[in-house]
Order: sequence, then structure tokens, then C-alpha cells
Amino acid sequence: MKLLFIQSKPPHGSINAQEGLDAVLMGSAFSDCTLLLTGEGVLQLIKSQDPTDLGTKDFARTFGALRDYGVNNIYADAASLERYQLSAADLVIEVETLAASEAAALIASHDKVLNF
Amino acid sequence: MKFAIVVHGAPYSSEGCLLALRFTEAALAGGHEIVRVFFYHDGVYTATALAAPPQDEIDIVSRWRQLHETHHVELVACVASCLRRGILDPTEAERYEKPASNIAPGFLISGLGQLIDATLNADRVVTFGA
Repeated sequence: MKLLFIQSKPPHGSINAQEGLDAVLMGSAFSDCTLLLTGEGVLQLIKSQDPTDLGTKDFARTFGALRDYGVNNIYADAASLERYQLSAADLVIEVETLAASEAAALIASHDKVLNF
Repeated sequence: MKFAIVVHGAPYSSEGCLLALRFTEAALAGGHEIVRVFFYHDGVYTATALAAPPQDEIDIVSRWRQLHETHHVELVACVASCLRRGILDPTEAERYEKPASNIAPGFLISGLGQLIDATLNADRVVTFGA
């Protein structure tokens, strides 16, 4: 069964992004998992973030481990990246970018979707 | 149809928790099956035995418990989310040497695997955000 995890929350300000990624890692132990970052969720991908002064965990490192967990299909919404003026060089991992219509097709091609 | 319900929002703070409750009640009334309700993020605050809302307001925790008692709906709160937020069952309270446990009757504390398991075993998974 193919699971799609959609992350749309920013990396800081709440724990949603961190707990969402935890769910992706757990999902990868059971099933074929895809990750889509969209909206403010693309901000999670910015490299060299340092939350030390926030006193929160630097969970962005988890992105680097996703492929080790078998999560090979990682997508970001192109319009969201453009909105925040992010290019591939700004991101902590390589992702495939998707137009809105392609995102719709991606969702349709999965059996279940979990939103975070 | 078999539904898995995911609750991210805390009771009262977020409408998501209440909508999830009403959706679950409506689904059961409509003859559907609830595979499991999984409480994640701040949703785990739903599992406290210590909530004492004003009498003229809905008692959300009791309504969830009624669903468990009447329809045997499985109510599972994520252990990692619970531990961070101080929702403990007697086992976890003992493990972390805390002075008390506070899990509401009808609720279970378990791992994230229960979320994935429910997702895989349901026809539809419905997430109620914060």
C-alpha cells in the first residue's frame, strides 16, 4: 500500500513538523511512503537552520536520513518554493518539484494520505 | 466503510477534536466501522482523566469515553506525544518515576505504529488538524 505524507506546517513555532517527520519514519517501517512538502512546509527544507537559540531540537537532520529509511520519493510544491524564493541550492536534500496539477496526480496515485 | 480517525487538536483549544468526535459519532450511527482513533500532537490532551469542564459546556473527554464503552471504539494516544505533554498511564509513570498517572478510562497509550496500522487497515483515514 502506498502512503503519502503531506507536510504543510513551518519548521518552527509548533512541534507539528517534527512529529510529522516521526510519523513518516514510522510509516517507512510498514509501507511504501512518499513525502510531499507544500505551503509553509517547504520552509522545513531550508538548509543550515540552527534552532539552538530557540531551545528546540534540530530535527531537520531527519531529512538526510529519509532515504536510509527507504523514503526515496520526496517532493516539494514548486509554487511554494517560488513563493519563498527557494532554489535547489537552498535545500537540505534534493527534492523533486511538482506543479499544482502534478501534486493532484501524486495524491490520486496513493492509497492513503496523512496530513501534518 | 472502515474509517481511521486521526486527531491533532487539543480539546477546547481546537475545533478539530470536537469535529473528530462528532464525525466518529455520525459514522457509527451511519453503520460504519471505526478501526481506531489515534490522538497525536496536542490531540493527546484529550486523554487526560483530570479535565473538569464547566457544566454548561460539552464534556469532550466523557463523550469519547462513551464511544469506547458503547461501541468499543479503540482510543489510542501516541506515547511520544503523551510523554512530552505529561499524559501518563501507570506503566509510564512508574518508568519515568513520576508521582501520578492521569490517563482517562477508555484510552490507551501506544506507539506511532498504531497510526500506521490503522491507516493500512482502514478504507479511509480522516485527519482532524489542530
